[in-house]
Amino acid sequence: MRVLHHPVLGDLTGQKTVTIYYGEEPVEAFEGEPVAAALLNAGIRVFRKTAKRREPRSVFCAIGRCTDCMMIVDGIPNTRTCVTAVRDGMRVQLQDGLAPVGIAPEAGGR
Amino acid sequence: MRKITAEIAVVGAGPAGLCAALEARLAGADVVLIDENRLPGGQLFKQIHKFFGSKEHRAGVRGFAIGQELLAQVSDSGARVLLDSLVYGIQPDKSMGLLTAGENCLLLAEKIIIASGAKENYTPFPGSTLPGVMGAGAAQTMINVNRVLPGARVVMVGSGNVGLIVSYQLLQAGAEVVAVVEGAPRIGGYGVHAGKLRRAGVPFYLGHTISRAYGDDGVRHVEIARLDERWNPVPGSEFTLDADTICLAVGLNPMTELVWMAGCQFDYIPALGGHVPLHDRNMETTVRGLYVAGDVTGVEEASSAMEEGKLAGVAAAEALGYLDARAAKEKKAEIEARLNRLRSGLFGEKRREAKETQLAAMQRARESEKEVV
Ligand SMILES: Cc1cc2nc3c(=O)[nH]c(=O)nc-3n(C[C@H](O)[C@H](O)[C@H](O)COP(=O)(O)OP(=O)(O)OC[C@H]3O[C@@H](n4cnc5c(N)ncnc54)[C@H](O)[C@@H]3O)c2cc1C
Ligand code: FES
Repeated sequence: MRVLHHPVLGDLTGQKTVTIYYGEEPVEAFEGEPVAAALLNAGIRVFRKTAKRREPRSVFCAIGRCTDCMMIVDGIPNTRTCVTAVRDGMRVQLQDGLAPVGIAPEAGGR
Repeated sequence: MRKITAEIAVVGAGPAGLCAALEARLAGADVVLIDENRLPGGQLFKQIHKFFGSKEHRAGVRGFAIGQELLAQVSDSGARVLLDSLVYGIQPDKSMGLLTAGENCLLLAEKIIIASGAKENYTPFPGSTLPGVMGAGAAQTMINVNRVLPGARVVMVGSGNVGLIVSYQLLQAGAEVVAVVEGAPRIGGYGVHAGKLRRAGVPFYLGHTISRAYGDDGVRHVEIARLDERWNPVPGSEFTLDADTICLAVGLNPMTELVWMAGCQFDYIPALGGHVPLHDRNMETTVRGLYVAGDVTGVEEASSAMEEGKLAGVAAAEALGYLDARAAKEKKAEIEARLNRLRSGLFGEKRREAKETQLAAMQRARESEKEVV
């Protein structure tokens, strides 16, 4: 849910938007914002599942410290989505357990 | 590997790092300021409330406004600022590994000021790893920086200033705060902040804790229990609230990884957030030429972080010969006087005592060093 109106920060206007994909699902995002913010805004809470017990995890620290928000972003596993900015057409996938071995990321990124 | 060199490298561009870079640069030193975020300012930019404290410390001014002003001064000063850049390691010879613009670089500086800030504490309970449980600072980043509400109904754990302030900011952003849960029998933070929440009708549960949180794939229900005098949950006192978010505001601890890696000596001082690096009145650690400033030296507040930053900036510039002893002494005395004023009063006094303990430990460390030599 967006905070469109704010008593101190004022209204949000004129934001440029881009589209990212969570699996196949298109998600609208604000240019330059972290992937995690766009997903939370869209009501998506499960970012990854733990390796042993397949427990769901989501954003915890939002400053790149805890690694709870890691997902597969444009093919690159273990990407901290709270400190990775969205790009138009970006593909994000739930990371189920440990990252699959041997994924060859085509483009750059972290 | 590309080399980046500077006379002074400042790691972290929060209030402490910004002030350190500014002072050192104004004295004439060649300064590079590095932060891993895209925006400098550290914690300041999340803070949309008016600051407490005295006028000379900008009480009544909102955190992000202070940040913007500082930032403009730093960029006018001619200091180099590298954003989206991470210092990931430091060697015993004080050379640093720096990731900037996708490139792995070697960062070399004669003096290093580490102002890496603090990170939030965690508290475990059944369900505390579920999606929807997050640090209060994380929620604050989401609402004030990213303008996204992480949830609609929030339970806040902890009634210190961070818990109180973030609760109020969640209300301002349009969330409902269904409870502030505090283990102690009284509210931890300032009365002004608590008063605003009370007037908004937010229920406080003092002497209570979360006994568990549950829900499929994320928090949906939060069970709260009363605590007895020994902080054990009272059986049968549990009740359940519907909530989709739990914010933990249970303190911060200094982000000291780089300082440990550099080989600095530490002391354990709970009042300052745990393990803190020893430093002298110049903010220099047991590793010569390596200074610390701000929350990394012990968790305090933005105003003291700024003063410590200035102190480190002045001391490093002096060590490089940019300030003569007299000019430096005068500047340091002014800064120290302001720091002492900040560390007074009900909340400040405890911190002042803790800082004295830290300084005394530093002195002992320096003395035993002399004996060895
Ligand atoms: C919710 C909340 C409310 C607060 N309210 C108040 C208030 O009302 N008044 C007040 O005075 N204080 C307040 N504070 C405290 C105040 O924000 C902090 O004390 C202050 O920001 C500390 O400044 P700092 O410069 O030490 O660290 P920070 O502001 O945390 O900045 C540290 C910076 O260093 C960067 N960094 C860390 N490691 C690296 C690395 N290896 N490489 C590159 N960059 C790195 C980080 O990204 C960050 O930007 C509040 C804090 C919180 C969390
Ligand atoms: S939420 Fe902690 S690293 Fe992203």
